[in-house]
Amino acid sequence: MEHLYEMLKQVDGYIYPNEIELHWGILIVLYPYITGLVAGAFILASLERVFKIKVLRPTYHLALLTALAFLLVAILPLVTHLGHPFRAYEIMTTPHLQSAMAIFGFVYLWYLMVVLLLEIWFDYRRDLVLWAEQSTGIKRRLYKILTLGVTDLSPKTIAWDEKLGFIVTVVGIPSAFLLHGYVGFIFGSIKANPWWSSVLMPVIFLLSAMVSGIAMVMFLYMVVSRIRKVKIDMPCLDEIGKFLFMVLILDFTLESLDQVHRIYEAEESFEILHMLVNGKLNITLFIMQGLVGTIIPLAILGFFRIHLPKEKIRKPLYMLSGLMVLVGVFFMRWNVVIGGQLFSKSFLGFTNFKLGMIGAEGYLMAIFWLVLPFCILSFFLWLVPPWKKHAEAELTE
Amino acid sequence: MPPQLKTLLPVLAVFICIFLVARHFLIPDSFGKYGHYRANSMDEIAALPAHHIGKAACMDCHDTEAAKLNSDLHSGLTCEVCHGPGWQHMDDPEKNKLSKPGTREFCGKCHDMNPARRTSVIHQIDIKTHNIDRANCIDCHNPHAVWEMKD
Repeated sequence: MEHLYEMLKQVDGYIYPNEIELHWGILIVLYPYITGLVAGAFILASLERVFKIKVLRPTYHLALLTALAFLLVAILPLVTHLGHPFRAYEIMTTPHLQSAMAIFGFVYLWYLMVVLLLEIWFDYRRDLVLWAEQSTGIKRRLYKILTLGVTDLSPKTIAWDEKLGFIVTVVGIPSAFLLHGYVGFIFGSIKANPWWSSVLMPVIFLLSAMVSGIAMVMFLYMVVSRIRKVKIDMPCLDEIGKFLFMVLILDFTLESLDQVHRIYEAEESFEILHMLVNGKLNITLFIMQGLVGTIIPLAILGFFRIHLPKEKIRKPLYMLSGLMVLVGVFFMRWNVVIGGQLFSKSFLGFTNFKLGMIGAEGYLMAIFWLVLPFCILSFFLWLVPPWKKHAEAELTE
Repeated sequence: MPPQLKTLLPVLAVFICIFLVARHFLIPDSFGKYGHYRANSMDEIAALPAHHIGKAACMDCHDTEAAKLNSDLHSGLTCEVCHGPGWQHMDDPEKNKLSKPGTREFCGKCHDMNPARRTSVIHQIDIKTHNIDRANCIDCHNPHAVWEMKD
């Protein structure tokens, strides 16, 4: 009881009792962010595979492994948030068929097992067999297990790898759209919340996912090249920059359309949303998401479309715009998840959100879940390095 | 059939079988008896100790205060709204005393001026300027009988 009176200090105006405390904190911000990186990275990979944009070849495997590393972590912030890891499986064993979240478990599993793991397996099977022959000790055993016993290296079987992998990728594109569109749907379908309830939400989430995934692969490609001390393939980087620019324009347009639509309609919720945007979300929306995450990267990448400066200038600018986009998309998720809970559904008041450091909902925990995919990716890059794959020419022979 | 599928399809079949078997054992017995939840949880939740005991339980001992409270504007409030959960106090009234708040901040939670609150429903004053000679609201007002003024 005393606790409640203490908490009322953070309230402005009138608010319903169950709105004082935010139920969804930074971990729920991370969940769509990480899932978005997966979908975005996969779509970048499929540009090479399905849409035959061969110049992107150097980032193909990196994009797939990035997607897998982030997908493995994507649900862990949710499990942490719910705080009952031993009950987490119940979403799969007794799913409620009318619950959007329950079905997400299956969408996630489909994407992990049927799309990503299979595509990577088909793509690496031949190399796994060869690596198993060349290496010793535990690594050799690991490679052998990963081949699942399919060690046939006849041209016919290898052609099947290519063919089946292609089919999986084609199936994977709508799956990636489904995976992230679904995350947007979970928010967009909450009709009681005017900040979330919008049919554009799944599309906006999807496009911002593509933006963040492409930016992440671009960033990782540059970092990995620097660590390996190899030259960055500039045509590839320029092409990624071009796609990032295109998707960023689409994303910006749709998000603006959503807001313009909201402003023009000016429904009964408009006043409180107006106060929200100009007050509590001021910095995260206009500065972080708008200026840092969208306008500046758009200006840099757009300038490169008009005039391509020297490599020395382009590289740091690509790096910078990639990072800025990543920050911007993070704050886009923040503005959606946190912003949607800051105002009362009575439209008469606000509550406050203070991000703690320690504890399950603190930012140290969030940093942990954000760093973990990079550790997993490093392990993947050590175990199945794309640059040690056997030459393409051998593969098609 | 390509050799990859000769391995993958059985692996998939095994995976689905393991899932179905696991599902069979993991679903609690009483799940789905009444609805999409574990029916036994109803009894378990009912057996939990009550934290808020309700006005009737307070009235067993504190009938004078309760009678006063029920006779006027605060009659809609239960005792525990101000005094907090009473379950421990009911078990051992000597050991577990309840709080008796009456500060300007506490009463101000409801009675401080707030434009979003209707004055016709809740009497409101400015806690910063209202009768500042006295420190606390209960120095003048009796919360159990709001019409009563102390000296």
